[in-house]
Order: sequence, then C-alpha cells, then structure tokens
Amino acid sequence: MEVTIQKAILAAVVDDPSKVSGVPTFVAKDDASRQNKALYLSRILQGAVHDLGDGVLIVVKH
Amino acid sequence: MEYGGAIGLGLLAGILARVLLLRSDYRQYPTYPHGYSTHLLMGVFAALAGAVAVPALLEKEWTAVTFFLLVAEQFRSIRGMERDSLKALEDSELVPRGTEYIENIARVFETRYYIVIVVSAATTMGAVKTSPLMGAVFGALAFMWGLVLTRVETVGETVEVRAAQVTVRGSDVWVEDIHISSVGLEKSRQFIEERAIGAILTPLNDEGRDTLASYGQRQAMLHDAAAVLGVRIDADSPEFAPQAKRDLKTGKVAVLIVPMDGDERLLLEVLRRTPVLESARGRTRFLRVGHLNPKIRARRNRLGGNDPEGDPGGGCR
Repeated sequence: MEVTIQKAILAAVVDDPSKVSGVPTFVAKDDASRQNKALYLSRILQGAVHDLGDGVLIVVKH
Repeated sequence: MEYGGAIGLGLLAGILARVLLLRSDYRQYPTYPHGYSTHLLMGVFAALAGAVAVPALLEKEWTAVTFFLLVAEQFRSIRGMERDSLKALEDSELVPRGTEYIENIARVFETRYYIVIVVSAATTMGAVKTSPLMGAVFGALAFMWGLVLTRVETVGETVEVRAAQVTVRGSDVWVEDIHISSVGLEKSRQFIEERAIGAILTPLNDEGRDTLASYGQRQAMLHDAAAVLGVRIDADSPEFAPQAKRDLKTGKVAVLIVPMDGDERLLLEVLRRTPVLESARGRTRFLRVGHLNPKIRARRNRLGGNDPEGDPGGGCR
C-alpha cells in the first residue's frame, strides 16, 4: 500500500517570500510564471493548486 | 432415491435464482468473468445445501441438519470475500467507490446466497409434499419474496435531480450558487469551464435529506457517474476529480464532474438510479419522535430542517 501525506500544503508559489513560511516556497514575480511553476509542481506532486489570493498559490494533496 | 427428483428440482431452481440474481449491472458488479464463475459455483453449493436440507429434516436426520447449519455459516464469508476484492481495487480507481458503497455491495452478495438457499429449500419442500409443479410455484414465490425483501431504493425516489450551470468566478468553481472548490491554475479553470457539467440534487423529504447528507452516498453517486460517463482526470490532475458539495443552508447537493461523455441527461439519469446505500437510508421514518406527531414535525420544518430555501435552523451555522 502506498503511503502519502494528505491534506497538507506541499509547496507554495508566491510573489513575495515574506507572505509564507514553513513550507517549500517558490518565488515568481509575474502571474504567468507563477501559474507555470504551480502547474509543474501540481503535476509533479500530484496535488491540486489553490489560489489564496494576494499572489499566493498553494499545492495541496487531497 | 425417493427424494432424488425433488432434490434435483430444488437444485435447479436454486441455480436459476442465482443466475437471475447475477445481473450484469454497473451498479452491482463490474463484469469480471472470474467473479461470475466464482459466484455461479458458490450458487450451486448454496442451492444444493438448501435442496438437501428439506429431505434431511423430513427423515429426522439431525446430523445432516447440523451440517447444513455449518454450510450456511460458510456463506457468511462471502461478504468478506467481496469486501476484500473490491477494497483491493480501491487504490487504483480514478474515482473510488468508498467504503460504504463496498460494504453495501458485499452485504447484497451475502444476502443473495440466503435467497438461493430459501428458494431451493422451498422448491424441494413443495415437490416432496405435493407435486413438482407446486414445487416450482413454491420456489417462484420464495424468489419473489426475496426480491421484495431486498428491493433497493434509488436516489431518484426521494431526491429531485436537475441539470445546473457550472460557472467559474475568479478562482472559484460554482454549480449555480453552491461553491465547489478553489482552482488555482488558470488552464484548469478554463478546462473546467469548457467541459464540466453539473447537477443540483434537492431533497424532496426527510429521507432524501438524510440520504444526501451521507458522505458515502455522495461518493457512490460520483463513482457511478464516473463509471458511466468517464472522467477527464489522472493521478496528477486531482483538480478535475468529480465532487459533490452540500449546501448547509438548504440541504441541497451540487455535483460537478468533468466527463468524457458530456451528456447531461445521462448524468441526471445515473444520479437518479444510484442505489440508496443501507447506511444512508433516511432514518427519520424509523423515529417515532417528531415523525408521527404533526406538531413536532411542523416545528422541525420551521427550523429549516426540510425547507428548500430555509435558513440553517437553530442558528448554529
């Protein structure tokens, strides 16, 4: 049986690193590059991307 | 072999009952050929046990009757067998059945063997005591009794199902006015907006409300919908997983699916035909309190428990 971590924030993609702490964070200034990074991360980590607004995207495993 | 003919007839009737109960329906059992073989063979054993039990009783062969009880005990393991095999598949399902649905399917399978035993016993009894023709009639009656006893309600009986518009506002996905989820990826939002279809399920009465409240029931509906319509989802794109979200104000449930086959009417029909799981059946009908007393019932409705547009009730949310 495969064991995975669920209902946890796996990574965050933000425009300003001071907005998050405690999770692996990727910084991208413009919206398109944030979207791109989030897309890759979600496919790699098999998680869903959620928009918290204010330039913060998180990847969560459900 | 004075009972030979009667036992043969009972055996035949039992096997026939098993074959009739082994319907190939997407809701009951996926079409696994080996599963069929197993169940047909087990059906023969069940039919034999039922058919032989009657002459043993009539001849006062108590040892044989004791053995019969031992055999009947064996059929209890059917539930475990079905549960294990369906659970083993769960990890690789795109849209899992959920434990409640699996438990329900397993219970149905177990019960069917008891019906087979009763049918073959009734047939043999009829054939021994009267005539082979009466045996067949007894068997048919027992079979019908079994069907009535195990009749499965469908969601459509207590819930109104209608198509609903899927909209994306900002990063949020909505089915009419019920929020489904927040989707962060612009591309995924476009994909959902283009391809997703939705439905709104409105409880028609207390039973429907309880059915929709069950998380397992909603998972069962999603599994069935995904099995019939197909889903545009893979392991690395969980944001397209079908979802059923409950509106806490009204008790309605919104279903969203990104299907391969975008036929809305088919989705509605599948949702209506989903069997109501035993664990999700409305419990209010079994409660004397508030159900039979019109005064208490009226008060409950005022609290918003059953009011389609009502407030949450009790001020708790």
